[in-house]
Amino acid sequence: MTLPPALVAPVDLAPLWLIERVARTIFSGVLRSHPDLFERLGDYRQTRYLFCPLDLPLNFLVVPAARTVQVSRKAKRPLSDACIEGPLVLLLGLLEGRCDADALFFSRELSVTGDMEAMLALRNALDDSAIDLPTEIGSLAGPLAPFVARAARHVRKRAFEERDATWN
Amino acid sequence: MELICPAGTPSAFREAVDAGADAVYCGFRDETNARNFPGLNFSRPELRESIGYARSKAVQTFVALNTFMRAGSEALWYQAADDAVALGADALILADFGLMAYVAEKYPDQRLHVSVQASASNRDAIRFLVEAFGAKRVVLPRILTVQDIARLTRQIDCEVEVFAFGGLCVMAEGRCSLSSYATGKSPNMNGVCSPASHVKYRQDGDTMVSELGAYTINRFGPDEASGYPTLCKGRFEIGDAHGYAFEDPVSLDVVDQLDALREAGVSALKIEGRQRGKAYVAEVVSSMKKALAAPASERNALVARLRSMSEGQRTTAGAYDKRWR
Repeated sequence: MTLPPALVAPVDLAPLWLIERVARTIFSGVLRSHPDLFERLGDYRQTRYLFCPLDLPLNFLVVPAARTVQVSRKAKRPLSDACIEGPLVLLLGLLEGRCDADALFFSRELSVTGDMEAMLALRNALDDSAIDLPTEIGSLAGPLAPFVARAARHVRKRAFEERDATWN
Repeated sequence: MELICPAGTPSAFREAVDAGADAVYCGFRDETNARNFPGLNFSRPELRESIGYARSKAVQTFVALNTFMRAGSEALWYQAADDAVALGADALILADFGLMAYVAEKYPDQRLHVSVQASASNRDAIRFLVEAFGAKRVVLPRILTVQDIARLTRQIDCEVEVFAFGGLCVMAEGRCSLSSYATGKSPNMNGVCSPASHVKYRQDGDTMVSELGAYTINRFGPDEASGYPTLCKGRFEIGDAHGYAFEDPVSLDVVDQLDALREAGVSALKIEGRQRGKAYVAEVVSSMKKALAAPASERNALVARLRSMSEGQRTTAGAYDKRWR
């Protein structure tokens, strides 16, 4: 499942600083509420992980130890130690431990390059962390948190239902 | 038959318990077990908590200490055994005879299972381990037919556990040196087969190339399902032939043999996959649990979806119903 063009277009127009600020806020929230993620990552928290959603014109470079996220346009791929590419929904599914990375690798929906030890460490750390992205996104919305989280859950449910339908 | 399920993290452990496991097997976060992968496995406090959770649901916990002790560093394995016993493991899964002797002497009441890594696959070997160390169960390698298993169970005085679903190792486990040959590291001594530190994936046009150390293991076309970068499932050129010399990228699935295995005297079915995510663990455990309770005619449909999650997106009954070519 890939993102519909109607959702991609605004991202293409939005300024990078704004996207980066949102991504950093969500990332900081995740690290704050899941300190175990850091512990399980061990030495690999210094790794430069690059996430490349195939259906979004952006790359996300994450360095856990520095607690930073750098966003770049597709044309400029930054240097990284380990890189993972796939549809955005699946990358987010991995972040939440809803998808099995090996299964996505076997089906060729996901591709990985670079330092495989670092990639395995991240995969295992995320899988154990029970991150709930709708909650993290909702927490940005202040008093509207419950509504935003509920809307995000609805979007997630639809995305995975659609994916399951294509599987069966 | 009991369903023995894998867990590489506390989250996966909980999923396995909730999905219907009779027992969950796991290991410490070091080289004492054969899935010593970065970010995987359990700290002591995590194992204590997980065992407590399993107990609350009447599920057993088996701790795998199934690598071979390195001379001069035996203390690491002895300590792991001491800790696993102290934390309340229901069974220890061991491969090294020295470690079996240590556990049998120091903890005579501790239940001891023989790991597949011990390569005990005939009557004499298993009888020796039962008599010498009081082994209560042996995990058989994935190289025997159902008829072989049935013959064996009649000749030994301990329970038999066999692999039922997941990764298909086609070698004499514990004695395979393919990973050592390519990387210097092995599941036997280091707890890693084809270690990630030696694995590289790269794109060559629309082909994905997998490499292990200095060896190209495979080249997957754009629409071809991929597999793990292990030599035993590599594609080779042998004379004029080009293809898989040992085994294709494929996973084990013996759901068609469940009744035959039960009749053969098998006590427990093992699901492989401590390195897999919790989503996989939950799905495979719940599907296999349903399959075990279902009539034979309905089983295939219950596990059909699991194929898409398997290595090479295909499954096979492997040696269970295969003869030597």
